[in-house]
Amino acid sequence: MPKDHGIGASPKRREDVRFLTGTGNYTDDINVYGQTYVYFLRSDMAHGNIKNIDTAAAAAMSGVVRIFTGADFEGVGGIPCGWQITDVHGEPMQEPAHPVLAIGKVRHVGDPIAAVVAESLEEARNAAEAIEVDIEELPAVVDMKAALEDGATKVHDDLANNLCYEWGFVEDNRAAVDEAIKNAAHVTTLELRNNRLVANPMEPRVALGQYNRADDHSTLHTTSQNPHVIRLLMGAFVLGIPEHKLTVIAPDVGGGFGTKIFHYAEEAFCTFAAKACNRPVKWTSSRSEAFISDAHGRDHVTKIELALDADNNFTALRCDTYANMGAYLSTFASSVPTWLHGTLLAANYKTPLVYTNVKAVFTNTVPVDAYRGAGRPEATFQVERVVDKAARELGVDPIALRRQNFITEFPYATPVAVEYDTGDYNATMDKLEVIADIAGFKARRAESEKKGMLRGFGVNCYIEACGIAPSNLVGQLGARAGLYDAATVRVNATGSISVMVGAHSHGQGHETAFPQVVAEMIGIDESQIDIVHGDTSKVPFGMGTYGSRSLAVCGSAMVRATEKIINKAKKIAAHLLEAADSDIELKDGQFSVAGTDKSVAWGDVTLAAYVPHNYPLEDIEPGLEETAFYDPANFTYPSGAYCCEVELDPETGKVTVERFSAADDFGNIVNPMIVSGQVHGGIGQGIGQALLENAAYDENGQLLSASYMDYAMPRADDVPFYAVDHSACTPCTHNPLGVKGCGEAGAIGSPPAVINAVIDAMQSGGHNVTHIDMPASPSRVWEAMKG
Amino acid sequence: MYSFEVERPTSVADAAAALGKDEAQALGGGQTLIPTLKQRLASPSVLVSLAGIADIKGVSVDGGTVTIGGGTTHGVVAAEAGAYPALAALAGNIGDPAVRNRGTIGGSLANNDPSACYPSAALASGATIVTNSREIAADDYFQGLFETALEEGEIVISVKFPIPEAASYQKFEQPASRFALVGVYVAKFADGVRVAVTGASEGGVYRWSEAEAALSGNFSADALDGLTVSGDDMISDLHGSGDYRAHLVKVMTKRAVAAAS
Repeated sequence: MPKDHGIGASPKRREDVRFLTGTGNYTDDINVYGQTYVYFLRSDMAHGNIKNIDTAAAAAMSGVVRIFTGADFEGVGGIPCGWQITDVHGEPMQEPAHPVLAIGKVRHVGDPIAAVVAESLEEARNAAEAIEVDIEELPAVVDMKAALEDGATKVHDDLANNLCYEWGFVEDNRAAVDEAIKNAAHVTTLELRNNRLVANPMEPRVALGQYNRADDHSTLHTTSQNPHVIRLLMGAFVLGIPEHKLTVIAPDVGGGFGTKIFHYAEEAFCTFAAKACNRPVKWTSSRSEAFISDAHGRDHVTKIELALDADNNFTALRCDTYANMGAYLSTFASSVPTWLHGTLLAANYKTPLVYTNVKAVFTNTVPVDAYRGAGRPEATFQVERVVDKAARELGVDPIALRRQNFITEFPYATPVAVEYDTGDYNATMDKLEVIADIAGFKARRAESEKKGMLRGFGVNCYIEACGIAPSNLVGQLGARAGLYDAATVRVNATGSISVMVGAHSHGQGHETAFPQVVAEMIGIDESQIDIVHGDTSKVPFGMGTYGSRSLAVCGSAMVRATEKIINKAKKIAAHLLEAADSDIELKDGQFSVAGTDKSVAWGDVTLAAYVPHNYPLEDIEPGLEETAFYDPANFTYPSGAYCCEVELDPETGKVTVERFSAADDFGNIVNPMIVSGQVHGGIGQGIGQALLENAAYDENGQLLSASYMDYAMPRADDVPFYAVDHSACTPCTHNPLGVKGCGEAGAIGSPPAVINAVIDAMQSGGHNVTHIDMPASPSRVWEAMKG
Repeated sequence: MYSFEVERPTSVADAAAALGKDEAQALGGGQTLIPTLKQRLASPSVLVSLAGIADIKGVSVDGGTVTIGGGTTHGVVAAEAGAYPALAALAGNIGDPAVRNRGTIGGSLANNDPSACYPSAALASGATIVTNSREIAADDYFQGLFETALEEGEIVISVKFPIPEAASYQKFEQPASRFALVGVYVAKFADGVRVAVTGASEGGVYRWSEAEAALSGNFSADALDGLTVSGDDMISDLHGSGDYRAHLVKVMTKRAVAAAS
């Protein structure tokens, strides 16, 4: 019987009541007295010198409060990067200035040149059109390899070149890896591109800055996944506002997918301008603006080599990647192709030697940063594509080749610095073979072929490092922040509970799942527990939600705080029951004295804590509220095996995903329904990347797919019903819940399965195609089959 | 969008008068015009909404002709033009329900987007576009990308479609917009076959005369086997080269012939 409450149950998501009835409270829903509106005049040129900005005529127009340009931000900090990479020579990465508004140059289409604050958005926009901007156009730097050639135009004139860093990992293994490849019985090589994506959360970004002159306090409402991170970055590094004078609130947020982690110029602008104008300042991104101002994802160009011995054991892997940073370094941009990518290249396999070389490149494009999976999808795609290609070259079964090379003993120290605590890759592959009915594929292929269609089968494995992250470790790797999280459990007098968490929920369902944990621990009903998140004035200093970390890290803090509550409550109960602390047991919300029928209810204990008439005041304080911070001992390592079946129309090249199956090991699971939903969404995004989505620039740095007319988002009819299974469970060994995280798995694990299936389909039709870049659009597939 | 006046006439005569004003612009269902205005890419001084004119709405059948009012939405055509199944099917597959409940056939034909569906139906059917001042044969009406024979202020009152013996529209969708990357409309009449292609050509919707000749002699997909389509004057973009579109023209034409009913 599935549980109906507590850990392991699947209650419906309580937050969906407001999301589905139009009663959510999103940043754009918040309107305050005296509010003004800002319109950003953005560059329509990819690269140019700003010769002059004349705002005189615009400033005199109706409704204009004030017009800002880069000159107004002299003395104000730039947008910081949160992670410093040390390059192959031991030097720090090249780190360009990132002004709030462009100073001297524009560096990508969408770079903000000026900002008009006005009484209405229409008036702001009217005035922005009247600003006279004289920009001398410069050649656009778009192609990464060309950007690194001698004499290439520089994106940042004050840097030596367009190379942010060249990173090698593990550099000491480089020679050994090359030697192993040279001496291998077989080497499979693959060159590929991981396509640039636009995250496209349903809610575009919004910021509302307010300033209270009376107490010199600034408040920013913003669409963020991590309000404390924004408060720290913006307060300390950009605007110089001490934390106690700055509140950052991220209320309901309509999806993040990574792109709402980062601190953006518009947030700093609205906070700064609210003080400068002494008026609230609001910015609401249009969808068009989002395409050219939200950080993009992926955009790696890679060569990967896999060496095998005569028995088909993997002996070495080498990856050479060019990673597009765009025009500026976004908050975590530098960490994505390095520590979130290079450390995953051992994947699920006992390859003894791995080397990754990454060249991070500045170009005249929108900055690139984390997008669902962040570095791990890139690693997974490379490994699982090259393994599949190797199986085809060697004429061996792709599942058998994978199984042969699986890591089977845990803990396992990889050659790329991480230690997998637990896992069972054969178990997820076994599950997959069942739920995907792999045995029935041949019959399904025959059916497709009868209709004149090709049918392909693709499989892949994945592992990811999430539950980000041990602070001490990431500090050594260059992170400029700790990555713990925090929770405060506030028990009210009559026994209900508010839990203030540092994690932020923007679709993940924390408001439902987190209470399940506390309810299970205390033995009370979930309806007695609410989650508070997203407001730096209410919740303890937590690092927010990304990297599938919320339950593994913040949930662990919540467990620790709840344990403190229970310990204290037992002392109170012992006093009420006139028994020893050690004899008190808590079950189903009742404290009882072991071996007796004496008991006292949860609510009696909580009431005693706040009405301490009969209370051990000499031993313990009244009240029942505890905070815990939790810093994980290791990453968590969810893993799984995915399978995709496609039909391919040989006449048009159109690929249809017919079946998709996912067997995951997420460790213990709190709410299986929410986990399935996370996997569904991730697979949808992975299918989107594999078949549809493509942020493409032309040679002049113009974004060709800058709207939904050309940027293909996956829609309901682009994806099949999924078969998902997360019953293969090896609990995480180092956090109290044994959980691993599930938010990114679908997006990490699905693109290679899709492309492997597309390749299989084409080969089944007699086309000798060994690789196709994503998205495998109909025209690309047709071109590939044409040869 | 920039500010503008709105006129809501209830008769064609009032609409025509309103369109005589300086920088006036007719508004059908607004599925292209409203996004254009939002982007500030157009700045009419007066928008003349045709939505309140009952006379230009509805579907009627008279003998071998289906007549569709210019202000009729795609959704209504899909539901009520069953006398011409291929046309109803085309209308029912334009955009999504929101688009089909606002967009109109008159608006689509007046805009003549090179990737729109309706122009191919009108051209392949040999339809007649009836305006407030004259009747225009489809062969004379479409004049290139976003270009038509309509004069300033001329309003599409109705479109008269002769019902063919058999017809089919086959659309290969552009993955993002789901407009036609290539759409082919084949209509078989007693006196011959007409084939119109949308989405593909840099010149907008056009008739593929070689296919018409081949199919008029032998209305089967095999009749097209010997034909080749050049990619030279085809649209080439992120979603496909001219050669790809040329290839799809033949594939979609064959499918339309096979599906024609």
